[in-house]
Amino acid sequence: MKDISGCGLSGVIHRKGELIPGEVIIKSICCQEERGNGLGAGFAAYGIYPDLADYYALHVMADHRKALEDVEELLAHRTYMAHEEPIPTRRTPGIEDPPLFKRYFVKPKYEGETRQLCEGTEDEDDYMVSLVMEINTRIEGAYVISSGKNMGAFKGVGFPHQIAEFFRIEEYQAYIWTAHNRFPTNTPGWWGGAHPFTILDWSIVHNGEISSYGTNRRYLEMFGYHCTLLTDTEVVAYLLDLLIRRHRLPIEVACMALAPPFWQEIDRMPQEERELATAVRTVYGAAMLNGPFAILFAYNGGLVGLNDRVKLRPLVAAEKGDMVYMASEEAAIRAICPDPDRVWAPKAGEPVIVELEPGSIPNQRSYLRGPGEKTGAAVCRYPG
Amino acid sequence: MGEKEKAKSTRKKKVPQWAKFFPDFIIERDSEKCINCRICVKECSYGAHIWNAKKKELSEDHTKCVGCHRCEAMCPTRAIVIRRNPSDFREHAVWTPWFIKNVYKQADQGGVLLTSTGCTIPFRSYFDHLVLDACQVTNPPIDPLREPMELRTYLGPKPDALEVEAAGEGRFRLKRPLPRQIKLEVPIMFAAMSYGAISLHVHQGLARAARDLGTLYNTGEGGLHASLYEFGGNTIVQCASGRFGLHVDYLKAGVAIEIKIGQGAKPGIGGHLPGEKVTEEISKTRMIPVGSDAISPAPHHDIYSIEDLRGLIFALKEATEYQKLVFVKIAAVHNVAAIASGIVRAGADAVVIDGLKGGTGAAPTMFRDYIGIPIELAVAAVDQRLREEGIRNWASVIASGGIRCSADVIKLIALGADAVYIGTPALIACGCTMCQHCFTGKCPWGIATNHPELIKRLPPEVAYEKIYNLVHGWAHEMKEMLGAMGLNSIESLRGNRDKLRAVGLTETEMKILGVKHAGE
Ligand code: SF4
Ligand code: SF4
Repeated sequence: MKDISGCGLSGVIHRKGELIPGEVIIKSICCQEERGNGLGAGFAAYGIYPDLADYYALHVMADHRKALEDVEELLAHRTYMAHEEPIPTRRTPGIEDPPLFKRYFVKPKYEGETRQLCEGTEDEDDYMVSLVMEINTRIEGAYVISSGKNMGAFKGVGFPHQIAEFFRIEEYQAYIWTAHNRFPTNTPGWWGGAHPFTILDWSIVHNGEISSYGTNRRYLEMFGYHCTLLTDTEVVAYLLDLLIRRHRLPIEVACMALAPPFWQEIDRMPQEERELATAVRTVYGAAMLNGPFAILFAYNGGLVGLNDRVKLRPLVAAEKGDMVYMASEEAAIRAICPDPDRVWAPKAGEPVIVELEPGSIPNQRSYLRGPGEKTGAAVCRYPG
Repeated sequence: MGEKEKAKSTRKKKVPQWAKFFPDFIIERDSEKCINCRICVKECSYGAHIWNAKKKELSEDHTKCVGCHRCEAMCPTRAIVIRRNPSDFREHAVWTPWFIKNVYKQADQGGVLLTSTGCTIPFRSYFDHLVLDACQVTNPPIDPLREPMELRTYLGPKPDALEVEAAGEGRFRLKRPLPRQIKLEVPIMFAAMSYGAISLHVHQGLARAARDLGTLYNTGEGGLHASLYEFGGNTIVQCASGRFGLHVDYLKAGVAIEIKIGQGAKPGIGGHLPGEKVTEEISKTRMIPVGSDAISPAPHHDIYSIEDLRGLIFALKEATEYQKLVFVKIAAVHNVAAIASGIVRAGADAVVIDGLKGGTGAAPTMFRDYIGIPIELAVAAVDQRLREEGIRNWASVIASGGIRCSADVIKLIALGADAVYIGTPALIACGCTMCQHCFTGKCPWGIATNHPELIKRLPPEVAYEKIYNLVHGWAHEMKEMLGAMGLNSIESLRGNRDKLRAVGLTETEMKILGVKHAGE
C-alpha cells in the first residue's frame, strides 16, 4: 500500500449486550500490525465495571507520584469516591518506563462548590467534563484518559500486542470493544497521545488527519473544552459530547455536521432536507472534520463508524448474528469472524450506527431518535 | 481697478508658490515619436499637456501632472514616459521630500492636506509576515479541478445549537427556521464606495459582477441610483451619518443595511463629497442640491452611545419589517475588540472592521496615514474577544482595508473573518493607477469622477468584466490554497490559525495574532 501513514482501527459490538472476551479484539487489531509503527495502541472497553456501574470511572495517567497526589486531593474535594485502585498492568518486554495508571470510581460532589457549570446547567455529566478539563489543564503531568461509567480506555506507546499484554486486556470482557493501532505522523509518540480519546463515556479511535483541527479546537473552546493531549483526535471526542449530549442532536445529524454533504448535493435535496442540511452546515461549520478520516466511536449503548465526506480512509463493516464489526480492513474482521452474514463498505460521510437493544445494560444511552428508529428510547441524561 | 486692489493683486502675484517649483513627476515626450496628434491634451484632465495652436507645438506643465499615466497609456506612438522627477533635494533621513513638499503646500495654501486611497506609510504589513501551510504525505492535498471545493459562506447571526425533530423514516427536520442569512458563493464582497465618489458606471459594473459572482456590493453613503434597484438581491445599502439618499424604499432595496460608523481611511471623521462632484444625477440620488458639498458629520447625531446604536439598529429593522440584516461598520481603532463586542451585543447581524490601510475617495492625509490599526491585528483581536465572550456566533465578522490578493483574503479568514470587503482592488481592476487624486474628481481613468466626458472612458460593461474576472481569479486561487491545505470547505479555514505561521514577528505580535512562529 502506498499510503503508509494510516492507522488501524477495529471495533465490535454485541447488540444484546453480551460480553465479548478481550482476546477477540486483540486478535483483530494485531492482524493489522502493518498499520502501526509501535508508537501507539489502545483499547476502549464497555461494560467492564458492572459492580461500580453508577460511578464515573476515571482512568488517570500520571508521569509521577506527585501528579497522582494532586489528582487525589482534587478528587477528595470535588467527588465522592467509591473505590480507587491501580490499573493492573504487567511487565512487558519492549515497554520501558511506563507512566503510572490508577482508576477512581467517583460521583460529583456539589457541596461547597459553586454550581457554576458549563452553560449553567446542573448536569452531572457537565460537572465531570469540567473536572476532567481541570485535571488535564491544571495538574502538571496528570491526564484523565477516560471518564465514563462502566467503561475504560487503556492506551500507550507500543504495538497493540504489547499494550494488550501490559494492561492485561485479555482479562476484561466487554459488550463493545474498540481498538487502535497507531502510526503517528504529526504528533510525538507519547502515552497520552495514543488512541482512544475519550470524554465521559465517549471514546474515539481515529485514522486520519484533521486538517480543520485549528477551527475545531477554537470552536470547542467557546464551549469550555480545552484540548491538552497534543493531537487532533481529541477534538472528535469533545465534538461528539457537545453535539450529541449537550446540544441533543440525533446521532445522524451530528454525523452530518462532522462529515456534511457538499453544497452541490444539498442544493439538489428536497426542501425539508435541504433546509436541515443548510442549517447544519451554517451553524456547525466549525464542527466539520475536514481531511481524510475513518473513525469509530462508542458510548454506553452504541458503536458508530464514520468516514470523511470523500472517503479518503478505509472502513469496512460486517455483521454476524448479533455481532457487528467495523475495521479498517476486512482482514481484521475475518480474523475474528471468518464467515460474516454481510460485509459492506460504508459510503463517504454515511455513518454506520449500531445501538444495543433497549434495556440491554444498566445506564444505557441511546442517541438515535424518533419512533422510526425502534430503539428510540429518550436519551438518558440521568442514567439509572 | 482701484489703487489698493491693484497693489494687492500685484503683491499676490509676487508671492511664490513653493510647491510649484518642484513637481513630483516629469512628462518626457520623445519628439522623434510624437506625431502631434494631441490625444494627450484631451486625455489629461489636469491640463498638463498644452497645445500651442499658434506655434503648432506641444508643451508640458509638469507641476500639474499627478502621475496617473493616462497619457502614456493612450499615446498612439508611445512617445510619452511619466517619470519620477529625478531632481533631488539633499538627502536627509528625517526631512524626506514628502514632508518638505507637504510643508510647502500648506505654506502656499494653508488648510488641510487632502489625499485619496489608503495609508501609504510602510507600517509593518502583517500579511507579509504570515505564511500558509500545505499538506505533504500524511494528508493528501486536494485538487479543486477534480473535486468539489467550497467557498460558500452564510452571513448572519447563528444560534449556538440547532433544534431538530424527527420527521419519520429516519429523517429529521428543523424545529424552527434559522435566523435570516445571506448566502455568498464567494466570501469576497465589494466595499462601500458611494455613487458620487465613483462613477455610475463603476457602480453598475460592481452590481452586475456581484450578481454574477453570487456576492454583494455596497452602495456606500450616496444613495442608490434608479438603474440599480434591479440588483437588490446583491446589494447592501449604507446608512451613514449624512443620511444622503435615505428613504424607506432605499432601505428595502438591498438584502442588508450597513450603518457606517467609521472608515479605516479616516476614523473619527465623516465623508466629504466636493460640490464639483455633485451633478444633476447625483443630486437626485443623494437628495441634495446640485453643486452643493455633501458633508457627512463625524458622528451620527443620533448615536452618542452604544444604546443609541441599538436604537438605530432596531429602528432600521422595524422599518424593513425584519427582512434585512443590519451590519455595523467601524474603523479598526485601538479598542476595536471591545467596541465590536458592544456592537454585537447591540444586535448587529454583522460587524465590519475596516483597517488602517482601507481606501477612500477623499481624506485628510494625516487621517489616512496615521489613524487606526492594521486589519490583521484587529480581526485577530475581535475574533478572539467574541469567542471569549461566547458571542462569536451572534454576528458575522467582515474584514476590510488593505487586501491586495487572494492570499490576504485567505489569511484574514484564517485569522477569524467570515468574509471580506475589497474596494481598491476592484478599482485597480478597472484601470486605476493609484495616483491618489480621486478627491479632485478628475480621475482620467473615468473611475473616481462624475464628469460626463471622463466617465465615458470606463463603460459599465468594461468595469463589470474586469471586476468579475478579478474575483473569479481570486476565488480560484483560494480554492487552490484550500486544497493545498487539505481542506475542501472554507468553514474549516475560518479561525484556523494553525494554518498560519509568522516569519519575523515579535512575541507580542504573535500573541495577538494567535499564531506560532515558522518552524514551531
Ligand atoms: S496627470 Fe496623467 S494624463 Fe496628465 S500628464 Fe500626468 S500622467 Fe499624463
Ligand atoms: S481612481 Fe482614478 S483618481 Fe483615484 S487613484 Fe485611481 S486613477 Fe487616480
